[in-house]
Amino acid sequence: MTDSPMPTQATPAPTPETQANLFAFVLQLADTSLILAHRLSEWCGHGPILEQDLAMANIALDLLGEARSYYQYAAELEGKGRTEDDLAYLRSAVEYRNPLLVEQPNGDFAGTIVRQFIYDCFHYHLLLQLQSGPDAQLAAIAEKSVKEAAYHIKWSAEWVIRLGDGTEESRRRVEKAIENLWRYSGELTTPSATEKALQAAGFVPDYAAIQQQIDAHVTRVFEEATLPVPQGVFMQKGGKDGRHSEHLGYLLAELQYLQRTYPGLQW
Amino acid sequence: METLELTQEEQFQARIDADVRIEPKDWMPDAYRKTLIRQISQHAHSELVGMLPEGNWITRAPSLKRKSILLAKVQDEAGHGLYLYSAAETLGASRDQMLADLHSGKAKYSSIFNYPTLSWADMGCVGWLVDGAAILNQVPLCRTSYGPYARAMVRVCKEESFHQRQGFEIMQTLCEGSPEQKAMAQEGLNRWWWPTLMMFGPKDSESPNTEQSMKWRIKRFTNDELRQKFVDMMVPQAEFLGLTVPDPNLKWNEAKQGYDFGDVDWEEFWNVVKGNGMCNQERLQARVQAHEEGAWVREAALAHAEKRKQREAALVAA
Repeated sequence: MTDSPMPTQATPAPTPETQANLFAFVLQLADTSLILAHRLSEWCGHGPILEQDLAMANIALDLLGEARSYYQYAAELEGKGRTEDDLAYLRSAVEYRNPLLVEQPNGDFAGTIVRQFIYDCFHYHLLLQLQSGPDAQLAAIAEKSVKEAAYHIKWSAEWVIRLGDGTEESRRRVEKAIENLWRYSGELTTPSATEKALQAAGFVPDYAAIQQQIDAHVTRVFEEATLPVPQGVFMQKGGKDGRHSEHLGYLLAELQYLQRTYPGLQW
Repeated sequence: METLELTQEEQFQARIDADVRIEPKDWMPDAYRKTLIRQISQHAHSELVGMLPEGNWITRAPSLKRKSILLAKVQDEAGHGLYLYSAAETLGASRDQMLADLHSGKAKYSSIFNYPTLSWADMGCVGWLVDGAAILNQVPLCRTSYGPYARAMVRVCKEESFHQRQGFEIMQTLCEGSPEQKAMAQEGLNRWWWPTLMMFGPKDSESPNTEQSMKWRIKRFTNDELRQKFVDMMVPQAEFLGLTVPDPNLKWNEAKQGYDFGDVDWEEFWNVVKGNGMCNQERLQARVQAHEEGAWVREAALAHAEKRKQREAALVAA
């Protein structure tokens, strides 16, 4: 990898502040993967065709596995004895750090595809960088996950193309989904205070560079899909700072139901 | 040497009797083909509809590990559906037609999936009991006379035995947990025990297809034989878990080296078969809705593939 903007030399032990930021960032990655996996898992048994039911469950499983790796690492970084399940099941919506995009409801298949494609573009290009980053654990998780993310982006891109260049109806639906969801794309590459601090410390890649790669990827796929790339869209943000849309509360109520109803038990 | 003139049907039966597998291109009696299409597609539909009751708990699974296992399990069922639809296709059935028959109510699926999943313990019961019963039904099918079906079943059975173990493990965790969890497990067993016994089908005396299916070696044990086997296998497991099987007539019979047990509520059985179970309408509606709402997606995929083909043809021509 010659195009990596990440420092690869041995880094000094992180300061306590960096350690805390790293915990917050890993938790953000965990929340993001979990929430998107949860949304995708809602499709299970209801997909438009059996093969795509399988594909969505596959991606959900990959993301769930990735989320678990991050949660376990976050718990270790925090060092307070919390487990992956404590972090996933016992934090409220304002404590969740996922970007707004991934908590958006599934909508129709076009909505799910567009949400997935927007996320996959960011996810894939982020993981490519993180795998050569200075934090060994994070790099190891990224290295494993990037192979999965490469499949995800291939799958969602192919569907964007099929739907964009399919029938009139599929085009209308995918355009509507883009109109609904594009406003959540900007948050992915707009660094939060935590991410800014970690970028300065060399732990998180430069998002402007990632944005360029995303733009190139989107342009290529949308061109094949005969879809215009949206311009000048006002971008929503807040999820990464714990200010979420109304949807997340319901999602967590469902996700956390058993752990909240019967606290402290093993399942 | 005297040559025997065997009819096609006699030759066919001779192969079955010699345990030679029948393959798609071999001659087979129409009734054999029809019986298999009915049975395999019914089995495929059961996998498809069977995703729904467990899918009902994926979003509420109590830990990340459980969520992951449950999602993988339901995904396996989708995979089983695919193998089985493919096996039925080798007999000349089309997936579209099979699905149309499911959606119109003409084709059946396992009645067990018309019962609701009401608590987390139901994920344990479905794995432990329902998959346990399915395994007993299915293991003999790995040796069934039709090759593609038998081979599909080998794969299915491997995964099912993993499913059953994870179901048992859910039950065990609940039974070793708090009093509330133990009660949850018992309440689940109370609801699932009898419907699971119904999974083996009507009594032998009322099962009209059994005799012919046994002769063709599509089926290798009768309904009552399998039901007995199931009870004998499950009662010790329930005892191990510290749960009570909800049957006051259950009693070890030393002479037959098996359990005597009470009679299934056959009125309930036939009611659910006829469509009057708690979830018959919901399950079918969910399938029909997924199919109808997916129509535009399937059309788009076809339309795009067609456009691509034409562009490629134009390129070649140019």
